Amino acid sequence: MVNTATIEEAKIRALLETVKDPEIPVLSIIDLGMLREIKIKDDKIEVVFTPTYSGCPATDMISATIKMVLQENGYSNVKITSVLSPAWTTDWMTEEGKKKLKSYGIAPPNPKQQVCHQELFLPDEAVQCPRCDSWNTHRISEFGSTACKALYQCDDCKEPFDYFKCH
Amino acid sequence: MKYALIDYTLHLADTTLILAQRNAEWCGHGPILEQDIAITNITLDLLGQSRNFYQYAASLIGHNASEDSLAYLRKEREFKNLLLVEQPNKDWGQTTLRQFLFSQFHFFLLEQLQKGNDTQLAAIAEKSIKETTYHVRWSSEWVIRLGDGTEESHQRMENAIEELWRYTDEMFTPVEYENESSVDFKELKTKWLNNVKKVFAEATLTIPENEFMQTGGKSGVHTEHLGYILSDLQYLQRTFPGATW
Repeated sequence: MVNTATIEEAKIRALLETVKDPEIPVLSIIDLGMLREIKIKDDKIEVVFTPTYSGCPATDMISATIKMVLQENGYSNVKITSVLSPAWTTDWMTEEGKKKLKSYGIAPPNPKQQVCHQELFLPDEAVQCPRCDSWNTHRISEFGSTACKALYQCDDCKEPFDYFKCH
Repeated sequence: MKYALIDYTLHLADTTLILAQRNAEWCGHGPILEQDIAITNITLDLLGQSRNFYQYAASLIGHNASEDSLAYLRKEREFKNLLLVEQPNKDWGQTTLRQFLFSQFHFFLLEQLQKGNDTQLAAIAEKSIKETTYHVRWSSEWVIRLGDGTEESHQRMENAIEELWRYTDEMFTPVEYENESSVDFKELKTKWLNNVKKVFAEATLTIPENEFMQTGGKSGVHTEHLGYILSDLQYLQRTFPGATW
């Protein structure tokens, strides 16, 4: 059964597909799994999303862009709500998103259970080089160019690359 | 009840903000590029956490309070951060030890807040604990690397412990606004001490005994360092009130 609300929601979802992460412009907020819900009541629209990292500077810009894109397309009564719980996890990233990341040169996150613990001096997490597909890589630093990434280098093709770390 | 919650939330916000500000002093001065990036990433996480706490506090206070007015326009005696986090960076050893002592505590605190009776604090904690896991690991590794490193690095870690240990008990000494909170300070201290002992053992460092413990930050009585931090942090908003970019 299709009603007008679901049609509207699909339209809005398609528009939100164009809202990209300013730091990783190949990923939309839908690819990232940041979009939680679209609530429609008459002409009022509420977009509910979850920020990725607490300090991510892209969050404010993303919420401003959502508003702008929707307004440009005739939705003037838009409310953006940011919810912290349940906390965002890289497991919410879509398969499509992971593919886009890889072709952009950033290794996509491994499934979460592998690295989220407190053990010290662990061997590096096995990460596949996004350029030559080799697994012969090593971690240079647990912190990279943005809060969500770690820095790796491939020992075969020698390219350094970003890894979108599990979170 | 509401006032206690506001003060407690401000205490969490101030602590994470001031530590972020301290760590940020390393920006462009880190020992190597990767570690410069690491410490500033940690700064960013802490700043994000403090923004969440300030926004929540502002919503509880109401009127015209905002995250900016709370961070930029309160006076030294109104800040409720832990004394530990306002201590100077000094060298990489003292900076990483300060981060270690704090992160080990922060992790277990967030664990408790997550299950606590305030849903917004629980939500912020749920989000923050993930980043804090990284901070715990990173800072623990540095304490071990330097403590169990060269004679020089070991000595510097000993000096840093001498400098900072006296501020640790404040984390587990509740002040008035914490009386009604659901935090179990005893459990917090046991877990914290357990981990600190483990890491110190591996780092060949010793925990000082019978040291005098300094408190006061949580109720607004600070060491001489906070005033200088705030004059840096608040300068722009004090000079050009309401300035934006």
